[in-house]
Amino acid sequence: MSWGARHLSVELGGHRVLDDLSLDVAPGRIVGLVGGDGAGKSTALRSLVGLVRVSAGLVEMPARHRLGYMPASSGSYPDLTVDENLAFVAAAYGLGASTAHERADRLLERAGLVDARSRLGGQLSGGMRQKLGVIMAMLHEPDVLVLDEPTTGVDPVSRAELWRLITRAAADGAAVGFSTTYLDEASRAAELYVLEAGRVLASGSPAGIVAATPGTLWSVRERPHGESSTRSWRRGREWRLWQPARGEPGMPPGEAEGERVEPDLQDAVIVAALAHRAESSSPSQGAA
Amino acid sequence: MNGPLVRAVDLTRRFGSHLAVDHVSLDLHPGEVVGLLGANGAGKTTVIRLLLGLLRPSAGSISLFGESPSRRTRRRLGYVPQSLGLYGDLTPLENLQFAHQAFGTGPVTLPDTLSSMGDVPVADLPLGVQRRIAFVQALAHEPDLLVLDEPTSGVDALAAARLWETMRDRADAGAGVLVTTHQMEEAEQCDRLLVMASGGVVAAGSVDEIVGAERVVVVAADDWTAALDAIETAGMFAAIVGTTLRVPATSLADVRAALAGVRAETRETAATLEERFVQISRTGSAATGAS
Repeated sequence: MSWGARHLSVELGGHRVLDDLSLDVAPGRIVGLVGGDGAGKSTALRSLVGLVRVSAGLVEMPARHRLGYMPASSGSYPDLTVDENLAFVAAAYGLGASTAHERADRLLERAGLVDARSRLGGQLSGGMRQKLGVIMAMLHEPDVLVLDEPTTGVDPVSRAELWRLITRAAADGAAVGFSTTYLDEASRAAELYVLEAGRVLASGSPAGIVAATPGTLWSVRERPHGESSTRSWRRGREWRLWQPARGEPGMPPGEAEGERVEPDLQDAVIVAALAHRAESSSPSQGAA
Repeated sequence: MNGPLVRAVDLTRRFGSHLAVDHVSLDLHPGEVVGLLGANGAGKTTVIRLLLGLLRPSAGSISLFGESPSRRTRRRLGYVPQSLGLYGDLTPLENLQFAHQAFGTGPVTLPDTLSSMGDVPVADLPLGVQRRIAFVQALAHEPDLLVLDEPTSGVDALAAARLWETMRDRADAGAGVLVTTHQMEEAEQCDRLLVMASGGVVAAGSVDEIVGAERVVVVAADDWTAALDAIETAGMFAAIVGTTLRVPATSLADVRAALAGVRAETRETAATLEERFVQISRTGSAATGAS
């Protein structure tokens, strides 16, 4: 294990904000943490780079100067220009001037930021600021690159440029960890951890998480009612209805017509959340 | 009512010499959920401001419920901006009361699921709860048109599905819903999409119609650093998905030629909406499907 954690838990103010997270990220691999606001993603990433005191478990990470970390705020300085921000980071990591210039040129070009070199950090658009933050975190070519919500609020064009940067870091051998609230973004990870209220609801490759979805999923054209309504949700014009028991021969009694569908990642994550809820509300009859 | 809730015909808005909205035409009918996509600066926000009546068109026309945007049409509209538009130091109930005095609608109550939050300033509540309050506020006067900016941003998948249920219920009751978003999972919930770039509409239709025949090349290689180097040297883009590279806007033959000497498996597959969107935004090419 070069970077990872075993049974990691974090308590803040007597509250468990991260509960028993174990992960292991090899060089060149990208791991994603996905969940809503308050799920524990930032806490997890911060404890994986030694910024949070853990209450239980073990974190293994390289020496601090081999880490690159971008906080959700991007970590760039608003009153320095793009070039000055990069010069500051280069100096902090002791990069030689020519190495720093050459890398900055390459990364700015890749990110589409060349024309913004003399703009102040505070005058950049959200997407530009996030790209600058990622470049600052990877300029010293760290062994571990940790990015807290790099694409939140970023439009798809800038998002594509951000992923060019992240792809390059992984190709150069960095173990990459990122967090996101978007599932389409999360599906880029080789390995994904779905968090809710500090707990891991599901983990594995995105395809593996989908394949492990328990029970049966239906698409129905009318709103499910009664007990079924607690296991249904809206998807476009139709509803999804989840039956926890595997291999049900037909629709739940009393429901309108529908057809069986194979889950996608969005379905799988919703089912994991519903299953978790069912388990915690009635411990004796956990979901199948 | 008959006819569309919103009708924009060649809607155009200039700021000095800058053409922020360029001949945008759009009909939004009762019961429809339409997504407005575009990179930053594409013109989405200006369209919203024209809809809300905060700006007047430089040319073309826009009508809401058959009339020009005004204070009267504003009363029939519910709007949830990205910032949610709540007062952080007021409680949820105070926020609702304040908004509804402004709309002149009747007394308001908090739904049961939010009543336990009654005494807490909104700023101290989790984002997911704040979103629900903003929805309650925007919906309480039963608007005929809902305008929402990234309505499920920052909430988990189940909470997002519940918010979509609320939006769809309003549409099923006959309202029109216009969603502006950067998120493909939100776009895919809409009945149809309008993609804007540089002020104009560059694509319209369902997800399938917009993606069309666009393909990407998937590259799987043991030595994927070498594969990435080769692809980029040939002037193509590549982005990682899982443990493979996806190369947009190219052909299998070109990628194979670029990879000469690198051991890799290559295949073509359908582009995602996001890949197609980035392609359209970069080239500005018109690719309008049925709308």
